[in-house]
Order: sequence, then structure tokens, then C-alpha cells
Amino acid sequence: MMNEESVFFSRVLTELTLSFHIIYATIGVGVPLMIMIAQWVGIKKNDEHYILLARRWARGFVITVAVGVVTGTAIGMQLSLLWPNFMELAGNIIALPLFMETFAFFFEAIFLGIYLYTWDRFENQKKHLLLLIPVAIGASFSAVFITIVNAFMNAPQGFDVLNGELVNISPLLAMFNPAMPTKVAHVVVTAYMTSAFVLAAIAAFRLLKGSNHIYHKKALFLTMKVGLVFSIATAIIGDFSGKYLAQYQPEKLAAAEWHFETEKNAPLILYGILDDGEVKYAIEIPFALSILAHFDPTAEVIGLDQFPEDETPPLYIHYLFDIMVTIGMSMVVLSGLYWLGIKLKWTFVNSRWYRWLIVLGGPASILAIEAGWWLAEVGRQPWILRGIMRVEDAATTSSHVDIMLILFAGLYLVLGVGSIVVLSRMFRKNPVEQEIEDRNAEKGGDIL
Amino acid sequence: MTLEIIGIFVLWTFLFGYLIVASIDFGAGFFNAYSLLTGRQRILTNIIQRYLSPVWEVTNVFLVFFFVGIIGFFPKTAFYYGTTLLVPASIALILLAIRGSYYAFETYGSRGHKGYSFMYGLAGLFIPAALSIVLTISEGGFVNMINESPTLDYNALFTSPLTWSIVVLSLTSVLYISSVFLTWYANKAGDLDATALMRKYALIWALPTIITAGGIMVELRSHNPEHYENMLNIWWAFALSLLLFIGTVWLLWSKRSYGLAFVLLGGQFLIAFFAYGFAHLPYLLYPHLTIYDSFTNEAMAIALIVAFIAGLALLIPSLYLLLRLFLFNKDYVRGKKEDNHA
Repeated sequence: MMNEESVFFSRVLTELTLSFHIIYATIGVGVPLMIMIAQWVGIKKNDEHYILLARRWARGFVITVAVGVVTGTAIGMQLSLLWPNFMELAGNIIALPLFMETFAFFFEAIFLGIYLYTWDRFENQKKHLLLLIPVAIGASFSAVFITIVNAFMNAPQGFDVLNGELVNISPLLAMFNPAMPTKVAHVVVTAYMTSAFVLAAIAAFRLLKGSNHIYHKKALFLTMKVGLVFSIATAIIGDFSGKYLAQYQPEKLAAAEWHFETEKNAPLILYGILDDGEVKYAIEIPFALSILAHFDPTAEVIGLDQFPEDETPPLYIHYLFDIMVTIGMSMVVLSGLYWLGIKLKWTFVNSRWYRWLIVLGGPASILAIEAGWWLAEVGRQPWILRGIMRVEDAATTSSHVDIMLILFAGLYLVLGVGSIVVLSRMFRKNPVEQEIEDRNAEKGGDIL
Repeated sequence: MTLEIIGIFVLWTFLFGYLIVASIDFGAGFFNAYSLLTGRQRILTNIIQRYLSPVWEVTNVFLVFFFVGIIGFFPKTAFYYGTTLLVPASIALILLAIRGSYYAFETYGSRGHKGYSFMYGLAGLFIPAALSIVLTISEGGFVNMINESPTLDYNALFTSPLTWSIVVLSLTSVLYISSVFLTWYANKAGDLDATALMRKYALIWALPTIITAGGIMVELRSHNPEHYENMLNIWWAFALSLLLFIGTVWLLWSKRSYGLAFVLLGGQFLIAFFAYGFAHLPYLLYPHLTIYDSFTNEAMAIALIVAFIAGLALLIPSLYLLLRLFLFNKDYVRGKKEDNHA
């Protein structure tokens, strides 16, 4: 094919942009909820520490949301620049949620600006908290609408193709496609979960690095508790995602689970490696794949033998599945033990090694998000719109994509390093002990 | 009114919104960088932080709204413009990212990397230059169909006087719009030094703006006679726009009613922008693409319009609240309110 180079570089650039954007987008969706919870707890318990927690999180959030906004703008435009044929088709059928996403984001941006700049304008903290509600709603709905577009790419519906023309288009039917419920739920809930664990990692890190302030302990307990709730929810929704795949995208499930032959009583393969088409060193859980796919240990699960080779996703997605599930489950255990440990006064949850595990949980959760998205996207190959349009037919015919890739890679490097440097400087210069003291001095030394 | 017209009207309105708010933003960044060079940074930095920082994300959404909306209403534009604009749009995106991160890194974070401020200021000039290329391309003559795929002829583009006139117009109007707004804002804030400085800039950039705008009309006469004819047919709109321009300059000159001056400027650009756009119809890209042959299906068009109306019902009160708190709140503008963010 003539266009191979452009297709290749378009794929790499899209993957790079999305992999970078998703870190900030996930934080952008999850952290407003965490700020809201902290501020709410602070108001309810009349505890300044939680209010301060909300305030400091909000300050850091500004940096991450800015990077999220600019990379989100980039991917929004890159879709048309790199995949013009796909966007022409998609524009006809699934433009509605894309359009609504801009409104959700608009709404969020307006109130975020107001919220950030009005910390001291309101006597009543509750009024200020109210401003955060549209931020959190806008952020979550941005994720909902964009994920709907992605769901549509996996399970397109709401139109017919007649002699190469699109007919009977129904934008609503296209939005509420079969992939939508599980996908949207999974994305939103994992964003909450990951944000909670990232914030927990920061609190644990401060405690390890010598601060023994009760502020960090409160932060750690709150975030781990919220993280536990959402990681359990993630596991449940993940199970439903398996059932969706079994019914609507069996080739994705089969490739992710290395399920080659269609069979009943299908076992679930975890880990292992693929050597010349043979699975080695894997753990096999009998009946588990049938249960994951159909709620029934004896049910038949469609294998890769039912699909032509050029419509089968790459088999390495199994490793991505392993990474995602292992991290997700570990986080349930880690946060569950922590919560129990605090309630039952087990001392090991306050030990240094356990806190290091919590610190590790932050980046690990982000890795799980990345693995999950790579699994979702690579698992849809060779399709950009499953069953309708192949990736290589969607890409731009323009040359110069390789140069753009280099430019954008440079940009993301600057943004990534910049955001880390600015965030760490911001909090190192103004540690929480200092800020509590300053605020005390301002108020003439009451409370706290 | 047909659905096609409603669609392009909505998009054009948002593009106009972006033109104004982004011009203010870009120009302010440039003046800020410039005053750093001449050692007068204190005059402007304060105003920029008080006004631009809370609203930059909102500015950005205007642009996103436009390019997402145009794919929705006119999906074929993705094919034509998506393919041809890869390089200029990518460059604009990267520069936009630099500006966006400047707000976050510099204003909210710790102070002061000078180089970054210059990048921020310069990016504000390169972005309108890069984005204005789209208008040039839409006049036709730069896109060839090779193997059924549109290809941009860079040679023709960069050697055409039309291209450079539009680039120059984008720069002069950015500086002009921005300085008129900042004159008014500084005056409201009671900052006499800044008002005098911005008024001077506004007067400097007024004439180049109107001369390049007129020059483009002349160039279109040979480049795209059809568009030129259409514009001549509504010459009165451009004449009205010119009158408003004279009004703005007169008010600035005689140092009165800076608020009204900015309103007149808004009117001048509104009329000229819509008259230009109206004369451009029905073409989105001469001669390949019109609003009729690129339009989406009816079901989608109606869904988008309904979503748009619902969205506006949500946005207009919110925008009003934002402006009231930051732009029209006297205490805030004057810096009396000690609103430390977060």
C-alpha cells in the first residue's frame, strides 16, 4: 500500500497523544470528586484539616487540568488531522456526543475558574462547595460523552449502509450502543479509583518522608477508603465488561484471554507467555472464562478459530489484560487490608513497608489505566470502526506525519517534565505544616 | 432559513467569539513580553493575571467548539481540511499548548522564567498567523486533488501575496483588539500608566489594521472574483464597519468612553466578519466544498441544534456569572479583593 507510512505514524502519534492525555484526563475526572468529598467532610466535621486538604488538592489540580486541557485540544483536532476519513464517517453518525462534550467541558472550565479564584470570597464554606458541583459534573460528563464515542467505535449502530451510502441515521441509537454502559461505567469509576490512589500515594509518601502530621494521616485514610469503594466497583463492572465482550466483540475477549478454540467449560488463562503458538507457564482457572463470559460455568465461549486471521487482534493484548487485572485486584486487597487494619488496629498497616506499597499503588493505578486503554484500542484492531472501516483506510494521505510526531513528542516531554517540576516545587515550598501555621497566625491563633 | 445556514451561522458566531476573546488573550501576552523587554513589566503583568488567568480555559473552548462543531454539521470538512491542514494546525496546537501551560505553570506555580514569558508572548502571534492560513486556503487555489485526495500546494500558498496579507491582518487585528480592550480594562482598574500605554498601542495599531483589511479586498478581486463580487454587493456592511472603526479611533484619540470604544470595535469586527462570511457562502472551500454538499444528515443536524440550544441555556447564565465576578466586579478589577486563588 502507498500510504503505509502515514498510517503507521498516524497510529504512533495518536497512541502517544492518548497515552499522555489519559493520565491527565483521569486525574481531571477523578480529583474534582475527591476535592468535593474532602471539603464536604471538612464542613460536616468542622475540621479545618479537610478543608485545607481540599484547597491544596485544588491547587495541584489546576496544573494537571491545564495539561489535560491542552492535550485534550490536541487529540480533538488530531482526530480530524490524522483520521480524516474516519471523522467524515463518524461526523455523520456520532458527532452528537462529541459536540456535547465541548459543552460539558465549557461548563466545567467556567466553574473551575470561579471556584479557584473565590476561596476567600464566601463566609460560608458551603456556598463555595456548591461551585464545585458543576466542576465535578462537567468533568465526569466529559468522560461519559467521549467514552460513548469510543464505545461506538467498538459496537457501531444507529445507521445502515446502502450502496455505500449512510441511511437511517439515528444519533441517539448510535450513542446508546451495546458497548456504552459497561465502557462508560468502567472509565468513570476507574478514574475515581485512580485519583484516590494517586492522592493516597502522595499522603503516604509525605508520612514516609518524615512528616508525622495528623493531616497526612487523615488524607491517607480518606483516600484509601474512597479508593476501596471504587476499586470494588471497578472489579464488578469489569466482570460485566467481559459479558459485553463475549456477546458483541468475542474476538477481542478471545484474543485477550488466549482462547483459541470455541468450547464449553472454558478455563481462564492468567499470565503465561506465548511460545510458537503454545501457551506456557500460565495459570489456568477451570470454568472461569465461561463464568466471566456468560455467568455460567458450562457455557460455550467463542474462540479465535471463528475469525479470519486478518480480523484477529494481536495476541499480545493478553499481557495488557494481565497487567490491568493484576493491578486492579491488588489495589482492592491493599486498600481493603488498610481499611480493616485501621478499624481493627493492626499495626502493620502503619509500617513503613506497607506505606511504600501504597506509594507504589499510585503509579501502578495509572499503569493499569494505560494498559486498559491499550487493551481496548489494540483489541479492536484491525478496525477503527468495528466491522465497517479498517484503520489503514481511515488515515490521512498527507505526508509529514513523522515530523509532527517528533514535534508533539517534544511538546509532551516539556509538559510532562514541566508539570512534575511545578507541582513538586509548589508543595515543597509551602509544606502543609507551614500553611497551617500561617493560617493560624492570620486568624489570631484560634482553633487547629 | 435552511438547516445548513443555521449550522454555519452557529459555527461562525462561535468563531467570532473566539476571534475576540483569543485576540485579547494573544495580544496581552505579546504586550506583556514586550514590556518585559523594555522593563515595564509591572504595568501589565498584574492586569493580565487578574483578567486572563481565570478565563483562558474558556477561551480555548471556543476554538474546540468550532472545530468539533464543524465536523458535526459538515462532516466532509474533516476529509478536505483534515487532510490539508495537518502541518499548520499541528503547529498552532503546539503553540496553544505552550500558552496554556504558561498560565498554569507560571501564574499558579512559581514565578518567573523569562524565556517562557517570551515564548508565551511570541506564541500569541504565531497562533493567529497559523490559524489564519485556514481562511486563505478556503479562498481556493491552494488545494489540488491528487489521486482523489486533497493536497496542499505549499509553494503556491507561501508565494501568494494573499497569504501574507491575511497573516498580517491577523497580527494587526490581534494587537489592535487587544490594546483597545486593555485600555478600557486598565482604565476601569484605575491604573493610569497602563491606560496611557495601552491607548498608545491601540492608536498605533489602528491604521495598519484597516489598511491590511482593505488590501485583502483588493487582492481577492484577482484571486477569487466571485467572492469579491459578493462582497461588493454588500458594500454597505463594510462601509458601516468602517464608520464604527472611525468611531473607536475618535473616542480613543479624545480620551473618552473607553468602554464604548471597545463596544464599537466589537461591532466593527462583527459586521465585517459576518459580511465576509456571508459573501463566502455557499463555499466552505472554493471550489470543492459547499455547505450544501458537505452537510450532515437531517437527523444529526436537528440533534445538534437541539443540543446546542440546551447547551446555551446552561452556558449563558454561567458565562454571565464568570464575567460578573471577574470582569465587571469593580473591587476585583481594581485588585482590592484579596482573592488568592485556591
